[in-house]
Amino acid sequence: MSRFKKKQSKASAAISTASLPDIVFMLLFFFMVVTKLRQTEVKVAQSTPAITELTKLEEKSLVNFIMIGKPVQKYQAVYGTKPRLQLGDKLATEVDIPLFLEKHKSTVPESRQGRITSSLKIDGDVTMGIVEDVKTMLRKSGQLRVNYSAKKRDV
Amino acid sequence: MAINRAVPEINAGSMADIAFLLLIFFLVTTQISEDRGLLVKLPPWSEEPPENLQINARNVLSVLVNKDNQLLVRGKPQDLTTLRQVTKDFIANPRKEADKSVDPTKAIISLKNDRGTKYITYLNVYNELQAAYRELWDERSNIKFGKNLEFLTTAQQREIKAEIPLVLSEAESTAFGDN
Repeated sequence: MSRFKKKQSKASAAISTASLPDIVFMLLFFFMVVTKLRQTEVKVAQSTPAITELTKLEEKSLVNFIMIGKPVQKYQAVYGTKPRLQLGDKLATEVDIPLFLEKHKSTVPESRQGRITSSLKIDGDVTMGIVEDVKTMLRKSGQLRVNYSAKKRDV
Repeated sequence: MAINRAVPEINAGSMADIAFLLLIFFLVTTQISEDRGLLVKLPPWSEEPPENLQINARNVLSVLVNKDNQLLVRGKPQDLTTLRQVTKDFIANPRKEADKSVDPTKAIISLKNDRGTKYITYLNVYNELQAAYRELWDERSNIKFGKNLEFLTTAQQREIKAEIPLVLSEAESTAFGDN
């Protein structure tokens, strides 16, 4: 037995770190791919309700986002606390919707314009009045595919 | 002229640091998108008043939500937790009751809310109605094809949805609670 023990060297072998960059790069690429840089500042409250019947939105480029909610703390001094609409990175009103939709539409190839979806990110505490106005505006603009953005809830 | 042919070894020790730096940057800026939600199709806008359709009252399930977020289904106060079952019973009408829909293809859900209704209530009601249909679709497709709706082909899905079409009409909301 002692013969075997003698052979073990006491100094711990240095672990090769040569493959560490590879591992880190792999992680890096993963995050680079899944990352979507936040181009817009969110100016209204964004706590969407949790529901069970969810559909995934397929293509990002075919989706435009309309946010409705109370302005966040920072903007309350200017815009008050009443629910507001945010289109892109600006606070807006219903009358700005047609132009906003048209701008997004021009970035989509004509053959796929029929599949454009409007995703409504609406805060749960908003009353239906403003939502109703937005929906009317969407209908008038012919944007009928609408997604009520929501979180997942089990049962 | 003695040229040193040996390629000098580049120290790759700091490579990990650089990569880590980038990694942390992307970690912080990442937001794995959760673009999910309830997909609906709005009815097209029309200036003309809707024509007066003669609809048998037994085929309509009226769901009203008031400004205090209370539910009234066919004139009776209802709870959100039982709405799904009530809706399913109404559409499928398994016991052929006289006050429920003649046939799933004839059933109409009429949803009306107040401008003061909270969005969270509205969406949950909508969710329950949608869930009722989804459960009926699943039941039907399990009988016909032996699997849930989402695993069927598009043509099969269309077939199921033609048997139990989702007809949800949203009336103009009342304005009692608008502020």
